[in-house]
Amino acid sequence: MFDTLTDKLGAALNKLTRRGALTEADVTAAMRDVRVALLEADVALPVVKDFIAKVSEKAVGEAVIKSVTPGQLVVKIVHDELIAMLGGEDAAQGVDLAAPAPVAVLMVGLQGSGKTTTTGKIANRLQNKDRKRVLMVSLDTYRPAAQEQLAILGKQAGVISLPIVAGQQPIDIAKRGLDEARRGGFDVVLFDTAGRLTIDEAMMTEIVALRDIIKPHETLLVTDAMIGQDSVTTATSFNEKIGITGIVLTRVDGDARGGAALSMRAVTGRPIKLIGVGEKIDALDVFSPERIAGRILGMGDVVSLVEKAVANIDQAEAEKAAARMAAGKFDLTDMLSQLQQIQRMGDMKGLLGLIPGMGTAMKQMKGGVDLDPKQFKRLEAIIQSMTPKERRVPDLIKASRKQRIATGSGTTVADVNKLLKQHQQMETMMKRMKKMGGMGALAGMFGGGGAAPGSLPGLPGGLGQRPGGFPFGKR
Amino acid sequence: MAIGNWLARLKSGLSKSSSKLVGGITDILTKKKLDDVALQELEDLLISADLGTATAAKLTQDLSKTRFGKEVTPEEVRTTLADEIAKILEPASLPLSVDPARKPFVVLVVGVNGAGKTTTIGKMAHHWRGEGHSVTLAAGDTFRAAAVEQLKVWGARTNSPVVAKDTGADSAGLAFEALMETRKRGDDVLLIDTAGRLQNKDILMAELQKVVRAIAKVDPTAPHATLLVLDATVGQNAHAQVEVFKQMVGVTGLVMTKLDGTAKGGVVVALAEKFKLPIHYVGVGEAAEDLRPFTSRTFARSLMGLDPEAT
Ligand SMILES: Nc1nc2c(ncn2[C@@H]2O[C@H](COP(=O)(O)OP(=O)(O)O)[C@@H](O)[C@H]2O)c(=O)[nH]1
Ligand SMILES: [Mg+2]
Repeated sequence: MFDTLTDKLGAALNKLTRRGALTEADVTAAMRDVRVALLEADVALPVVKDFIAKVSEKAVGEAVIKSVTPGQLVVKIVHDELIAMLGGEDAAQGVDLAAPAPVAVLMVGLQGSGKTTTTGKIANRLQNKDRKRVLMVSLDTYRPAAQEQLAILGKQAGVISLPIVAGQQPIDIAKRGLDEARRGGFDVVLFDTAGRLTIDEAMMTEIVALRDIIKPHETLLVTDAMIGQDSVTTATSFNEKIGITGIVLTRVDGDARGGAALSMRAVTGRPIKLIGVGEKIDALDVFSPERIAGRILGMGDVVSLVEKAVANIDQAEAEKAAARMAAGKFDLTDMLSQLQQIQRMGDMKGLLGLIPGMGTAMKQMKGGVDLDPKQFKRLEAIIQSMTPKERRVPDLIKASRKQRIATGSGTTVADVNKLLKQHQQMETMMKRMKKMGGMGALAGMFGGGGAAPGSLPGLPGGLGQRPGGFPFGKR
Repeated sequence: MAIGNWLARLKSGLSKSSSKLVGGITDILTKKKLDDVALQELEDLLISADLGTATAAKLTQDLSKTRFGKEVTPEEVRTTLADEIAKILEPASLPLSVDPARKPFVVLVVGVNGAGKTTTIGKMAHHWRGEGHSVTLAAGDTFRAAAVEQLKVWGARTNSPVVAKDTGADSAGLAFEALMETRKRGDDVLLIDTAGRLQNKDILMAELQKVVRAIAKVDPTAPHATLLVLDATVGQNAHAQVEVFKQMVGVTGLVMTKLDGTAKGGVVVALAEKFKLPIHYVGVGEAAEDLRPFTSRTFARSLMGLDPEAT
């Protein structure tokens, strides 16, 4: 997993203990790390350069105040500028339908970027949430079974798709789609198109012709979040050749850092309107600059942490646990189930690295956090060697019982003691968190949202209260 | 595939993706001699081709060791860099050939969504049919809408039988049955498609492991090749993709698609070094013929805008 930018800058800047203002030399040193962090996050080089210039100018002369380290101050400036460049607070919210019906929306992009799936998701959202009458039209006569794919998505979402006429060419299908949209009294007509390379002259000529017939109110460029430096070339070409009105970033539920979002927004000036966060028809969100900014910087993104947890958790189990934890209860059965959940989440180090400050903390605690999977298995075995009653009332576990449990689990009495102590610490923590009101966050994390007594306060996207509560992972 | 023919196609495909890179380098070096500024710009160009900061820095430093302060022609710099890149990629140039001792030779194709798995299977089927092999396709993407129909079209195009079930069926079960059927028919090759999945979805990765186990139940030596398909537009996330897929299902080789576009796929240079995996094929279009064996020298020279055929 990546070191967080905060950690990196910490090394370079936290040595500076003097007060006063950031000097040019401080900033230049810090910007080397910022540059690498942005490039590793796939922000395109020209955009990185612009960004560094802007941020440097802002940072030099900035007063270092007592309460923050110079490193934190630089990260804050970088973070704020990232959010501003990603669209700031007035980030666009979804598809713009402020036009006479039927409002035409044209979906464009490279091969395999997720256009068809996204078309289905937008249709589902507009029709089933916003109560619009939607018609979908596939103009992809090239990729085998592309038209069938959209038709099937339509059936799943209960959205009408234009009947397929074998052999009909894109221009004629578009005309038929527009006719049908008008005649049928549809509010919105979505046009899915074939994936194309911007250097493919014939295909670019085709999309221009389609645009001229369709006269879309929205032209959305669909790009996948894993795209590298080519994002600027692609976004610029599509924008220059056909004029896009917005960007949809797909596969944001992956672990790519999504620097393309910054690149494409910067070079086209067009807003990122929606993000795809899963394969299900409802896995579509409005874009949140804060969320992507934190991710690009790798600075302890709590939102990502929650998502990662949610993606891999057994929901029913987790909801039960969340309810119990919310009530301040935490016995050894709960601990066992937590251990199992954590193992299921996979990459523990990666997960912990997402918690603010954890990256550094983990390095400092020499052997403090044991992430060895074998260790988990051992803890699991110990609890499994206890009787249900012992799990419920750990105080019952005295010397002779400890010996029996140790023998049963192939461990030692010392191991059993250690586990009991860990359980006690966790229980205390749960109680304390409940008192502090932080329970919402924690329970939200383990409960996948549904059973969470409170949502995650102050976090964009309202992840703690996502309806359905289980947006990723299972399908 | 006639050698001269595919070289020409690869060259024309790749030269589209590398022309910008080349223009850049030529600009830099006709302007000034190889000093710090020129080296920085050279490094930037490599970064713009997705080679990554570490690999770009290393290549530039190596170049500066021998050429710093010297008057060098753009051609020289390009050749030197291409040679370096080719050296890194050399161990990765290993074509995939059907092992006649395995009947069928089982190839499992995996990767993230939209990478080009199904299309690559169609192209490989075309290639091996052309060599006279009998090929069966297994429609293992039982998740995505119309994925089965898509593979069936490729089956018809390449005259290969397709083993398929309805969308929603168990993919491990499908793979198992496909292998049994292919074996009974005595076909040479079985190509198994899978649903796209992001490598951070543990549940889906576990599902893929189940597919592998199902295949091994029929033939303990199978799959004989597990190919990870990467899209040339991919950035640094390719590292995570290779790492996780390799760890979970023992990827044995890579295929890089969409090299006919503006993306350069430079991340494979770092990948080849780090993971020591062969890159068997590259995709340079959407037609059945648009598959090429990967050769390090050709790729490296094409990436740097040099004639791949020159000796
Ligand atoms: N230009 C180009 N397009 C490709 C190439 N390989 C695949 N594609 C396209 O990429 C899209 C996704 O491919 P597909 O095989 O369905 O991906 P899968 O989801 O991984 O199976 C389709 O539109 C393909 O035609 C290639 O080498 N070049
Ligand atoms: Mg597929």
